[in-house]
Amino acid sequence: MRQGRTWLFPTRPHIAASAAVGGPMEAQGPLARDFDVLHEDFWLGQDSFEKAEQKLLEEACEKAIEKAGMKKEDIDVFLAGDLLNQIITSNFTARALAVPYLGLFSACATSMEGLALAALLVDAGKAKRVLTGVASHNAASERQYRYPTEYGAQKPPTAQWTVTGAGAAVVVEGHAPGTGVHITAATVGRVVDMGIQDPFNMGAAMAPAAVETIETHFRDLRLAGDHYDLILTGDLARVGHRICVDLLAERGLAIPRDRMADCGLMIYREDQPVFAGGSGAASSGTVFYGHILREMVRGNLRRVLMVATGALLSPVSYQQKESIPCIAHAVAVERVDPA
Amino acid sequence: MSDNKKKKMTPPQQRYQAFAQGREPKRPVFLNCLKAFLVGGSISLLGQCITTFYMTFFPFTEKTAGDPTVATLIFLSALLTGLGVYDRLGQWAGAGSAVPVTGFANTIASAAIDYRSEGFVLGVGSNMFKLAGPVIVFGVFSAFVVAVIKTVWNMWLAGGGGG
Amino acid sequence: MIFFWAFVVGGLICVIGQIMLDVFKLTPAHMTTTLVVVGAILGGLELYDPLIDFAGAGATVPITSFGNALVRGALAEAERSGLVGVLTGIFEVTSAGISAAIIFGFLMALLFRSKG
Repeated sequence: MRQGRTWLFPTRPHIAASAAVGGPMEAQGPLARDFDVLHEDFWLGQDSFEKAEQKLLEEACEKAIEKAGMKKEDIDVFLAGDLLNQIITSNFTARALAVPYLGLFSACATSMEGLALAALLVDAGKAKRVLTGVASHNAASERQYRYPTEYGAQKPPTAQWTVTGAGAAVVVEGHAPGTGVHITAATVGRVVDMGIQDPFNMGAAMAPAAVETIETHFRDLRLAGDHYDLILTGDLARVGHRICVDLLAERGLAIPRDRMADCGLMIYREDQPVFAGGSGAASSGTVFYGHILREMVRGNLRRVLMVATGALLSPVSYQQKESIPCIAHAVAVERVDPA
Repeated sequence: MSDNKKKKMTPPQQRYQAFAQGREPKRPVFLNCLKAFLVGGSISLLGQCITTFYMTFFPFTEKTAGDPTVATLIFLSALLTGLGVYDRLGQWAGAGSAVPVTGFANTIASAAIDYRSEGFVLGVGSNMFKLAGPVIVFGVFSAFVVAVIKTVWNMWLAGGGGG
Repeated sequence: MIFFWAFVVGGLICVIGQIMLDVFKLTPAHMTTTLVVVGAILGGLELYDPLIDFAGAGATVPITSFGNALVRGALAEAERSGLVGVLTGIFEVTSAGISAAIIFGFLMALLFRSKG
């Protein structure tokens, strides 16, 4: 079922359980208590950062399955993605889970690509229980996209800090028991490229994509500006969040400013050395599948629009002087109290 | 399609970039230059002390003390890179730690350490010069060009002698 | 006195580098590469050695001196063996720096892991 470009889910699939795993920096952040597992060791006891990222995703998936009262074998489909080449983190986690697997990639917007598709599969009756997750590791991302971790290059204040963590959730049919958080709609983003070329300024590159998706969502569903308690972007951070809020106001969307937030700003404290804020697939992954869903279950939030944002560049495209195309996927969730 | 664009911004793109630039934190250029000056100067001063040390306690002259000085600075920089300290210095000092030869050593040591997980031959060996490569390649090539021009010029001045 | 000038000249070359980073938005690799090429050109014009005499380590420590050293090595060998000396003499003077960087870089990879 569709309204404009936005998908609606009449059978009301919902989230049976979710889990968030984090690393040392995240453990010192303000959302620490809403993580299921936190690691002191940046390497997670592994001998490469890539293996550590895999461990993060495996743990998040195992925890989510466990909290849903299920076993691995109960999962019909696993939808996952990450930032590494060939999405190896997800591939190897899928190997460990040994369930049917569809790998995804929207850079840091993968979390909501996964959740939207999970809801779609369950709503269409193609699966009863879908596991979706994302992960990122700061050092693994830095190695691949930017510089060796011990390199002394000076990053500008617009740079962001890739979150080390993973988030996962199990999506089930409307009538199954769970957290009571239903997935009501999803808006798939379009690629937007406003010519920003600086990979150390991704917030400014991604903000227009977020604005495009949010506008489309509100227009398709003919929503009032204050329909959602919270509209959350994935990793626009200080620079992108400000641009996004200002742009939306300029376009006349009448969304109250205090109802707009960004995961990249929420996950770290002001005094942590994270430049403009958090980024990475796990930015939206950990904050949404951890803190936000818990807040909804606690009764502090009822309707949330999670708009995960991604920058679809590669180190090669940057070296070939291409600009940064971006995308934002939005999923609307609502807590339904038991009748 | 993409080569037609050739980095010419459309009007909406230009408008957006102006919009975005007004909302970005600006780099603290003066402060960065001051920090670069302090750190770069200190590293050079350290180099001078090391040169003097070698000249005093070892049979080196001013000309020949340059080599062990550079080698010593490179060792210190590689060590600080291994200890995980040089990247923090780099974030603070910017060009102050990148421009001295210690920065060159840091590019090599950091790449070497980073690629350990891919093994020593294919990982460390292949990737060690990932960041230092441009300096070596362009240094050598520009030196070649300069030296050829100068040598040919000298030969022409001397009326075609040598060779 | 040379200690003072070492500090000042070394610092100033770094400031030039910082301006290239912050104002001209070059990457660190572009910036250091440019400085090396500048050092080679100044070496060819015989302007860099006087700077070394004046500022000592303030001129030999920055990466610009690498460019100068490469040129001096090439020119010295060219004087001895003619034009082919430009090729054979380039690394004469700089071999200490490059060898040290490779040896100590590799050593650190043997001893240390990334700290993040």
